[in-house]
Amino acid sequence: MAADPATLARQFIEAIPHAQALNMEITEIDAGIAEILMPYDARLVGDPATGVIAGGAVSALMDTCGGAAVMCHPSAPQGTATIDLRIDYMRSATPGQGIRARAECYHVTRAVAFVRATAFDDADEPVATATGAFTIERAA
Amino acid sequence: MNKPEPVQVVKKRRDALLGALVGGIPYIQFLGISFDRRGDELTGILAYDDKLIGNPMLPALHGGVTAAFLELTAVVSLSWATLWSDLEAGIIETDDPAQVRLPRLPKTVDFTVDYLRSGLPRDAYARARITRSGRRYASVHVEGWQDNRERPFAQATCHFVMPRKDTTSDGA
Repeated sequence: MAADPATLARQFIEAIPHAQALNMEITEIDAGIAEILMPYDARLVGDPATGVIAGGAVSALMDTCGGAAVMCHPSAPQGTATIDLRIDYMRSATPGQGIRARAECYHVTRAVAFVRATAFDDADEPVATATGAFTIERAA
Repeated sequence: MNKPEPVQVVKKRRDALLGALVGGIPYIQFLGISFDRRGDELTGILAYDDKLIGNPMLPALHGGVTAAFLELTAVVSLSWATLWSDLEAGIIETDDPAQVRLPRLPKTVDFTVDYLRSGLPRDAYARARITRSGRRYASVHVEGWQDNRERPFAQATCHFVMPRKDTTSDGA
């Protein structure tokens, strides 16, 4: 019997070299919903004057988390790639705090998955939101 | 008529300022991005490294790395455009690069990236075009390519809030 989508998705995400380089940790992954934590790291700072994590690092987190949400969707995709991703940066993340992204794959067709995601630091108001479309690779 | 400055002096001054801008951003160093300058035009260069991979089976660059590379190229190009005009106008002195007071960086409001083909495991390049830069907001389009300039692997549009003219990176 093949492993369930959640287990496959976790393996898929944990095998990503760049996710490892950013010390990303999956805190939830099941039924089209994924949550990933990226710890604060001085190497990821984008503005030296403030110590705020670079928008680009938040993009990498959003992209990974979006892909994770697609992979653990009950329709069990065999692979995925980002088609497009839009990120709105609402406020600067607080220096010293990790960033947690939560993504939901809310609709899939045969070929495309639609995802929305939100990123938080330790406060309740989001740091950033994202929407994206991802490819779906099915077993031949 | 004044004799023009020797070319080395001009180049040194411009490269020192660009170096101060780029060298101050840790995430640029982390990803291994550098900037090639020809006159006022910048080309971002993402040097390939195994840690940039997103899909080890293909292998392909991580979409987040591509997004970050394009966004950083946009921020640096936008900031550089302002610095360049101040430098040429003699408003910025770079005799001692360590003492250069850089302006605050533009703040990203939103960023939309299209992935056109998968990023190959080799160097990538990016160039930004500042579509509009006003006193408060700017809109920038940026394109990334690898082996062939005519076949971009990703493009992005980003909007920024510009720093206020009277603030510098140390908050003064």
